[in-house]
Amino acid sequence: MWLRFILGIALVLTLDGQASAYRAYVSNERSNTVSLIDTDAWKVVKTIKVGQRPRGIAYTKDQKYVLVACGDDDTIQMIDTGTNAVADTLPSGPDPEFFTASPDGKFLYVANENDNTVTIIDIARREQVGAVQVGVEPEGMAMSPDGKILINTSETTNMAHFIDPAKREVLASVLVDQRPRFAAFTPDGSELWVSSEVGGTVSVIDPVKRVVKDKIEFAIAGMRSDPIQPVGINITSDGKLAFIALGPANHVAVVDVKSHKVIKYLLVGQRVWHMAFTPDGKYLLAANGVSNDVSVIDVAALKVVNTVQVGELPWGIAMSDH
Amino acid sequence: MLRGFCIAAFLLMAISAAPAANGLNVKIGYLGRADKTETISLIEMPAANDGVAGAELAIDDNNTTGKFLNQSFSLQELLLKDQDDPAAAVQKLADNGISLIVTDLPAAMLLKAADAGRQRGLFFFNAGATDDRLRQEDCRANVIHTAPSRAMLADGLAQYLVWKHWTRWLLVVGSHAPDKLFANALRRSAQRFGAQIVQEREFKDTGGARRTDSGLVQIQSQIPLFTQSAPDYDVLVAADESQVFADYMPYRTSQPRPVAGSAGLEPTTWDPAFDQWGAIQLQSRFEKKFSRWMTALDMQAWMAVRMVGEAVSHVNSDDPKAILRYTEGPDFALAAFKGRKLTVRDWDLQLRQPILLADGRTVVSVSPQQGFLHQYSELDTLGIDRPETKCKLK
Repeated sequence: MWLRFILGIALVLTLDGQASAYRAYVSNERSNTVSLIDTDAWKVVKTIKVGQRPRGIAYTKDQKYVLVACGDDDTIQMIDTGTNAVADTLPSGPDPEFFTASPDGKFLYVANENDNTVTIIDIARREQVGAVQVGVEPEGMAMSPDGKILINTSETTNMAHFIDPAKREVLASVLVDQRPRFAAFTPDGSELWVSSEVGGTVSVIDPVKRVVKDKIEFAIAGMRSDPIQPVGINITSDGKLAFIALGPANHVAVVDVKSHKVIKYLLVGQRVWHMAFTPDGKYLLAANGVSNDVSVIDVAALKVVNTVQVGELPWGIAMSDH
Repeated sequence: MLRGFCIAAFLLMAISAAPAANGLNVKIGYLGRADKTETISLIEMPAANDGVAGAELAIDDNNTTGKFLNQSFSLQELLLKDQDDPAAAVQKLADNGISLIVTDLPAAMLLKAADAGRQRGLFFFNAGATDDRLRQEDCRANVIHTAPSRAMLADGLAQYLVWKHWTRWLLVVGSHAPDKLFANALRRSAQRFGAQIVQEREFKDTGGARRTDSGLVQIQSQIPLFTQSAPDYDVLVAADESQVFADYMPYRTSQPRPVAGSAGLEPTTWDPAFDQWGAIQLQSRFEKKFSRWMTALDMQAWMAVRMVGEAVSHVNSDDPKAILRYTEGPDFALAAFKGRKLTVRDWDLQLRQPILLADGRTVVSVSPQQGFLHQYSELDTLGIDRPETKCKLK
């Protein structure tokens, strides 16, 4: 009886493990580490020492490395996902904060906050191959689903710059609200969403006309507008729901992508920054900068179901594809 | 890598040269003080370009943005001595096609400048004068204040001291007029937030140089004498804008007590040690360009020129009326590394802003403090609020 019970648990764990055990790498801006979370156990299974002030973090397309921008070391470190140790570096230019890759995974586009520059890196050759001058304090980076348009947001210039990644030049710039931090295309590429941290809004841009066609505003009952500071934006792969991290408002807004209406606010940890979906789309992980933890949101139920303690000032999350 | 940089540099030049030809060129004036005050601490002596450096950096920032909008910005600086006529300087700038002027002038000179500029439709950004009267009975409809008022500074400090339960203050006031004005602001703050001034003492300026070879020996025995036999107090609050005594107080008081106000824990809009909310980026940009640290005056001038840039990028005009309408309006917000948007109070044209509390090494806290609530904006717990205003904008 007992044995059957235990076996039963083991079987459930194994099945469950096969279904949903992904690895999430969380950059901890202050501890200079990356926490590796097992999404089956919902706990940190390894803490990897990296360079100073790690923020932007993402997998390479081949999943062999996790790239992490170490701003104060002026480099991007490559964590080998087999050994989970730093194996190499990329020449990112000064103070890299955030980056995105070309759809084929060959090139990395890096926002250099201190240099008004987007640096282009050939990942395989570990070499800088070009640079594009943008506005003051470049930050958010996004690639259109067809790979034809690269977006950079500049925090003090308050613009989303449309960049031709092939010609490496700015094609157009769209004014948004103060301190734009993050850009994301809807999966069909029909809309570009840009969050403005200080402005407190998300601008919805028509990427063809390159104009702001709508602005999403937020209101949380009993809270003044000041702490509502949108940062990370994650849109479900079916393009139906957008999750927007609201920073020191300690909430994630859930927005209906079609109508641009907020349908729910989820209470998470303090100063929520960036987020990532598990590849099956079931969960969304949100890094809470001040409370040093990661909130786990059940996407179907729209509920926070778990919290994982990580290092100090968690900033970004990279999630494995499988 | 080198090639990348060369190409980037070339592009930058090419683009910034273009808008001047056919785009909008916004000329901004800067009226500063030629006479700089002596400070007690040698490391606090203001640089020759204190203030104007902040304006120049903001011109760079505006131009980086402007190259995408076919707008360019330039700065013309004039330094005035105490006896110079500000009205003449204003006419000179206006004759050069300037209608927006950032000032770092004493209150009386600013008022002369603003009144002279009014007939010509000029608009001013007060980056230097903290006088409350400029936001009260002597407010002007053509002067926006990026400098905080003394009331804002005192409130920012008082909120923190009250939060610490350091509510018994020994107030030491200098003998010059600005010291007394700051003391007025501190008294008002004490009353507003529930602190008690257990005693006031005046520190008379008896003259003498701040730089001496053996002054330390005397000061070490003078300050304990000056501060002894006071009623029990938690913190010594010094009002010494004239730089006569406050910096001599820390570690030298008769009782072991912390010092705040014009020394020790000081309320300010900026500090070279401030690195939160992206401030590190502005600090590095500034240091790279000027090889020195950024001061509060630099920041106040930076904000003024950035306000112009922000407004121009939206109204695409350098018409002062259009710029004023935009900056006063509901769409205006300035991001200035303070963790929230800065807006303009429509009753006295004061820029709402948090107040940093710095000890010379680090930023200890940022006011408004938690728990000081307000029905409209917590930033309005700092300074003269709408119901108290004596300002009639004309």
